[in-house]
Amino acid sequence: MKIVREALAGTLESSDLMVRIAPREGELAIVLQSEVIHQFGPQIEAVVRGCLAKLGIAEALVVIEDKGALDCVIAARVQTAVSRAVDAWTADWSVLS
Amino acid sequence: MTAAIRERLVGAPLPQGLEPFGGVTARAPHLATRESKCGRKLCSSLEDAIRASGLKNGMTISFHHAFREGDKIINLVVDTLAAMGFRDLTLAPSSLLSCNAPLIEHIRSGVIRRIYTSGMRGKLAEAISNGLMEEPINVHSHGGRVHLIDRGELTLDVAFLAVATADDFGNANAVSGRSRCGSLGYAMVDAARAGKVILLAEQLVPFPNAPASIRQDQVDLVVKVDQIGDPSKISVGAARITSNPRELLIARLAADVMEHSGWFENGFSLQTGTGGSATATARFLEQRMLKKGIKAAFALGGITGSIVDLHKKGLIGRILDTQSFDAVAAQSLAENPEHWEISTNTYANLTSKGACSDRVDMVILSALEIDLDFNVNVITGSDGVMRGASGGHSDVAAGANLPIVVGPLIRSRIPTVVERCTTVVTPGETIGVLVTDHGIAVNPNRPEVAERLKAAGLPVTTIEDLYGRAVALTGKPQPIEFLDKVVGLIRYRDGSVIDVVRQVKG
Repeated sequence: MKIVREALAGTLESSDLMVRIAPREGELAIVLQSEVIHQFGPQIEAVVRGCLAKLGIAEALVVIEDKGALDCVIAARVQTAVSRAVDAWTADWSVLS
Repeated sequence: MTAAIRERLVGAPLPQGLEPFGGVTARAPHLATRESKCGRKLCSSLEDAIRASGLKNGMTISFHHAFREGDKIINLVVDTLAAMGFRDLTLAPSSLLSCNAPLIEHIRSGVIRRIYTSGMRGKLAEAISNGLMEEPINVHSHGGRVHLIDRGELTLDVAFLAVATADDFGNANAVSGRSRCGSLGYAMVDAARAGKVILLAEQLVPFPNAPASIRQDQVDLVVKVDQIGDPSKISVGAARITSNPRELLIARLAADVMEHSGWFENGFSLQTGTGGSATATARFLEQRMLKKGIKAAFALGGITGSIVDLHKKGLIGRILDTQSFDAVAAQSLAENPEHWEISTNTYANLTSKGACSDRVDMVILSALEIDLDFNVNVITGSDGVMRGASGGHSDVAAGANLPIVVGPLIRSRIPTVVERCTTVVTPGETIGVLVTDHGIAVNPNRPEVAERLKAAGLPVTTIEDLYGRAVALTGKPQPIEFLDKVVGLIRYRDGSVIDVVRQVKG
């Protein structure tokens, strides 16, 4: 799928995160800010990258502001942001969970 | 007249070391005039009081923190000392909070060289965790502070004690006047032990002021200040009332534990500390006490409105109050003869001749972290930065029959139950039960308690199981990286060092 517009998902409440996604040519750029980056930074990034890979997103700018969300919340917010940023949702739901 | 009396001694050689009578005012010059007799303690400004106290560079100054985030005195006095050019002072308040961030500048400029405190929060705590000070700060418990003073390690040279009302002789309290924080339990210790005691009074009232939480025979100097603190900010931060359903669930479970612990009998005693769940537990006790038809003999500690409410309903006999955590508690202390003000020496000092903490049956305690050995951290966050206070935690855990730690299993993504605490403040062997929103774990050294709770049908599991659940939800946190430099010494209540806090890696 291709990111064609900017989109947002999530909130800045504790235990949630805000995902901003935007078109970017030729690369997947992830900017991660998190309250728990020292303890969980690599794990959060791995969840985000894994989720984007399953959605077939290889080009995008993803900016994440995390307030200590669990992995399941992170995946849900990333999927939602992507769904709002593409024209046609072609992802296979069965591989997402 | 003196000379005539002196003649009586002629021909009577005095024993070595005794001096002849020199006149009524020879050793009491303040009795010479009416003005100096009554007004000798009253200073026209804080600067005058500081000069009169004899404070010198390198000495130790002390404060109480009963106004918590509303305190207006610690920053004011240190600002004034800085402007007067003092240096290398040891700051020894009963605790520090987020409102004390302006002290950072005075540490940088060398006005403050060392710190003894129960805890720290906010920017000051962050700066010190990041290596602001050359010498590590000493973190003590409330009882442990008195012990450090009494054993001579911590000498309070000048105490600056905020009081709501005082007379010109120094009889003072914080249950009358405009800015009432209630109990002066911390200040009573300093008033009895400091070399010089300066009262910073918001209102001067006619002699004799009553009640005299701090007495005239303890006070050297009195100075009027505009405002000592904002009582509405006492319950900000740690001492809050919760409406969070998860905290209420934990509070209800904690009340279940108390009910079935074996100590829920007529005449029992309790303490509920600060923190959302701890404070709310008192509310859940009411129906259980009514159902069983029992009353508590006393409640101890930091006192909240919920404890006062139980007392007013006749369910708690006496309240022993070393810190009033809200306006309701402060008002009750003012009006109610069964609500007693006690010093932190009476509250929880292990070398006191009688500490109330030893008479408590059950205490509810908070935790930032608790590990598989039940050791508790209430001082450093999971990022290694100091953001809490030792308080009475280790004191009452050591004294009470059943210390109960309450807390959510995870806070956002941070597990409360951990393999190994970042910092140990209270040793696990003193903790009886852990209550979380995912179940209850009983210390293996208390099998009889585990049996009673299981028999009552409560969700009892092991702490290893709770740890497993936490990590299954959050993932395993990466260890925090620290530098070698020690920024904090965690002093156990007996003065020993139980742990150190190292500088966090930027």
